[in-house]
Amino acid sequence: MTRGFEGADVKAGRLTSEQVAANFGDLHPPLDGHEAAVAADRCYFCHDAPCVTACPTGIDIPMFIRQIAAGNPDGAGKTIFDQNILGGMCARVCPTETLCEEACVREAAEGKPVEIGRLQRFATDHLMAESVHPYTPAAETGRRIAVVGAGPAGLACAHRLALHGHAVTLFDAKPKAGGLNEYGIAAYKTPGGFAQAEVDFVLDIGNIDVETGRMLGRDLSLDDLKRDYDAVFLSIGLAGVNALQSPGEDLVGVGDAVDFIADLRGAADPSALPVGRRVVVIGGGMTAIDAAVQSKLLGAEDVTIVYRRGQESMNASRFEQDLAQTRGVRIKHWARPVRVVADEDRRGVEFEYTRAGAGGLEGTGETFFVPADVVLKAIGQTLEAPDGPAVERGRIVVDAEYRTSVDGVWAGGDCVAAGEDLTVTAVAQGRDAAESIHRALTA
Amino acid sequence: MADLRSDFVGIKSPNPFWLASAPPTDKEYNVVRAFQAGWGGVVWKTLGLDPHVVNVNGPRYGAIWGADRRLLGLNNIELITDRPLQTNLDEIKSVKRAWPDRAVVVSLMVPCEEVCWTEILKQVEDTGADGVELNFGCPHGMSERGMGSAVGQVPEYIEMVTRWCKQNTRMPVIVKLTPNITDVRYPARAAKAGGADAVSLINTVSSITSVDLDLMAPEPTIDGKGSHGGYCGPAVKPIALNMVAEIARDPETAGLPISGIGGVTTWRDAAEFMALGAGNVQVCTAAMTYGFRIVTEMIDGLSRWMDGKGYENTAAFTGLATPNVTDWQYLNLNYVAKARIDQDLCIKCGRCHIACEDTSHQAITAMKDGVRHFEVIDAECVACNLCVNVCPVDGCITMEKLPAGTVDPRTGRTIPAEYGNWTQHPNNPSAVAAE
Repeated sequence: MTRGFEGADVKAGRLTSEQVAANFGDLHPPLDGHEAAVAADRCYFCHDAPCVTACPTGIDIPMFIRQIAAGNPDGAGKTIFDQNILGGMCARVCPTETLCEEACVREAAEGKPVEIGRLQRFATDHLMAESVHPYTPAAETGRRIAVVGAGPAGLACAHRLALHGHAVTLFDAKPKAGGLNEYGIAAYKTPGGFAQAEVDFVLDIGNIDVETGRMLGRDLSLDDLKRDYDAVFLSIGLAGVNALQSPGEDLVGVGDAVDFIADLRGAADPSALPVGRRVVVIGGGMTAIDAAVQSKLLGAEDVTIVYRRGQESMNASRFEQDLAQTRGVRIKHWARPVRVVADEDRRGVEFEYTRAGAGGLEGTGETFFVPADVVLKAIGQTLEAPDGPAVERGRIVVDAEYRTSVDGVWAGGDCVAAGEDLTVTAVAQGRDAAESIHRALTA
Repeated sequence: MADLRSDFVGIKSPNPFWLASAPPTDKEYNVVRAFQAGWGGVVWKTLGLDPHVVNVNGPRYGAIWGADRRLLGLNNIELITDRPLQTNLDEIKSVKRAWPDRAVVVSLMVPCEEVCWTEILKQVEDTGADGVELNFGCPHGMSERGMGSAVGQVPEYIEMVTRWCKQNTRMPVIVKLTPNITDVRYPARAAKAGGADAVSLINTVSSITSVDLDLMAPEPTIDGKGSHGGYCGPAVKPIALNMVAEIARDPETAGLPISGIGGVTTWRDAAEFMALGAGNVQVCTAAMTYGFRIVTEMIDGLSRWMDGKGYENTAAFTGLATPNVTDWQYLNLNYVAKARIDQDLCIKCGRCHIACEDTSHQAITAMKDGVRHFEVIDAECVACNLCVNVCPVDGCITMEKLPAGTVDPRTGRTIPAEYGNWTQHPNNPSAVAAE
C-alpha cells in the first residue's frame, strides 16, 4: 500500500532561473509616459461615468485620467488613493474586464475600453515613487482600534482610521502583512516585491502599529481585544480550505492550491520549487487558475483544470480563463473527482462526468482518468470563525455599515458575506467600516 | 476621371496643390523631391536682397498637439531664405528647366523702395519662373525691418508695391496677405487696386505657442528668451477659410483670384478652400509634418470626390459655397431645428447632457424611467448644436428641421413657411416690414 505518489515525477529546475524569471515577468507591463498620454486621451470624461459606478471603491476614474492627460500623474494618484489606498494593487489584480473597463462607453462603442487598469497603475506608481506619503493624519483622538488581519480589508481600514487620528494596532497571523496580496496572488501579477512596498506605503501614514505572527484564537481572543480597544475590525479572511471529500485526498501528492501559491510567492528563486510533470488542479476560481498557470510557467508539461460545472459558472473571469488557455493549460468542464489514485502503475485522479439535473449537479456515472504527478485542490476556502459574531452560510454576518452582531466589532473582506471576494471589494469594505467606526467613536 | 489640371492666373500646373513659400521650398533639393512626389507647383521660399539674412541657431519651431501628439498647430520664427540670392536664382532656373509642367512661383520680400523691387523682378524673370508672390505676410523678424506684415498691415503700402511690381514685370503678381489685421478686405482691395493678379492667404498668425514654466520663457526658447512667431497648421484653417470667404464675397474684390492657404492637410481641406472661392491651395505644415508623399492622398481624394459629384474640373466647383456665406442678419430666423439623438448609436457617455445641463439650455435628459438615457427635451432645445459638437460618436446626434406649420414646443409658436430674418424682426428697432 503506498502512502501517496511515491516515484511521481516532481522536481525542481524544470526550467532555468532565467526562463522562470522571464515567465514570471509583469503580466501587464507598466505604461510609459507617452503610452499613458495616448491611453488617457481616449477617455471621454463621461458624465456620471459608468466606470465609476462599476468600481467597488468608486474611484473618480474620469478625473484621474484627465489628470494624467494634463501631465499631473501625482494628482491622478491622489484621486485614486482618496477612494482606494490599495489602488496600486487593484490596478494590477482587479478583473477590470468585468468592472470599470466592461462599463467603459468605449467598450460599447468599439469593444476596446480605455485601459483604466494600466492608467491607474501609471498614476499610483508615479505617486508612490515620491518619498512623501500623500496624507497627513488628523489630530490624535486618543481612541485605540484593533484591526485583525492585515490583508486588503484590514490595511484599508487601518489607513482610514489612522487618517482620522485614531491609534491602530494591526494584527496578522502570518509573518508578513499583506494577506492574500502577499500570499495569495499569482506572482506574475505583482512582481518586484510590490505587495510589501504597498504595505509600507500604507503604513507610512503613521498611527499604525503592526504585530505579525499573532493569530486570533491562538494568540489573541476577541474578548481581550474588546476589553483593550475602543473598537475591533475583523478582516481575517478565509483561513481554512474545503476538502474534496473523495477517497485518496489525504495521499501525499495532493495539496492545497493556496499553499502552492503562497510557497511560490515566498520563494527567492521560484525555479528551485518542485513542480510536477503532470498537474491536475480541481476547481474553477481565480486560485485554480493562478495555481495552474504558475505550474505551467514553472515548467509542468501537462496542466489540467477540472471544474464540476460549465464555463459560464466559473468564478475565474473570462480573461483569466483565456490567460490559462493561452499559457497551455487545459480546462475541462462538467466533471467531479471520484477518487485520487496512487497505484504502482497509475497515479492521478478519476473523475465522473456531471450535468445539471433537476435537483442540482448530478453525476452521469461515466468516468475518466487524468494522470497526475501533483494534484492541487482549489475548491474554495472556509472561514475559521471566531467565537462571538453571528455566522451564516460560512461567513460573518454584517449590516450595511459592516457591524457584526457583537457590539463594538466590525468585519469586512472575504470573511463577510457581502460582495465578491475581490481585493477591491475588501478595500471598499475596510474603508467603509473605518468610517462607521469613526462615526461611532466620535458621535 | 476628373481633370485636376489647374490654371491659376495663367500659371499652369497638373494639380491645384502647391507647396507654400516656406522651408519645404527653400532649395532645389527639396523642390525636386516635391515634384517627384507629385506636387503641382511650389512657391519658392522668399528671396531677399544680399547680404542674406541669418537665422537663429536655436529652435525655430514651437507646436501644439492633440491626442496621440498629433501636431495641430506649428509656429515658426524662421526668416526668409538665408542663402545668397544668386544661389537661389540659379536653382530656380535649373528646376524650372527640368520641370516645365510644374508651377514655379517665386516669393519676394525686399525693402519698400521701387528700385529694390524692379531689380529683383528682372533677376527672377531671367530664371523662367512662372510668377511672383509678394510676401507681405510674415509677422516675425522681417516685420521689425519694415518688411513682411509691416507692409501687409498698411493697405497704401500694399497698393504701392503691387503697382511697382505690375509696372516692372510681365509675370503674374500674387500678393500674399497677413491675417494679423482687423479686416482682411482692406489689404485685398489695396492689392486689387495696385493691379494684383491674385491674392494668397493666409500667412501665419502672430503667436506664442506655449510657455516653459521652468524657464518662465515662451517657446521656442533661445537662451532664455523667446519671440512671437507665425502660427500655421490645422489650427488656423477656420481663420483662413473665413478670410478667403470675406474676400471672395466682397463686392469690391469678388472675382479676384485667390490662392488658399492655412492648414490644408487633406483633399477635403483643399475642396473646402476652393468651394469658398480659392482657385488653388498652398500647403506647408502638413508636408512638414508628414513629408511630401501626402500629396498622393490629396490628388486621389479630390479626384474621387469630384468624380462622385460629377465635377469635371476644379473650376466646376470653385466658389460654389461663396454665395452661401452671408451676414448674420440675413439668416432665416424661421428655420427651427431640434437635436435628435440616435439611441442605437448612443454609447451613453453623457457628454451631451452635461454640456447642455451645465452650459446651455437644460434640454437633454440623463435618466428616463430610472435608467441612464439621453434624450432631447424639445421644449427646451434651442438647436444650438453644442451636443453635436461634443458627442464623440459621428452621426449620433443630428439637427432636424421642424416642418413649417408645426408648433415649436419651446416657443409655442407655429413655424412660418416663409423666410424671415433679423432685418424684418419686430424686436429689431430698425426692422423694415417685409413686402
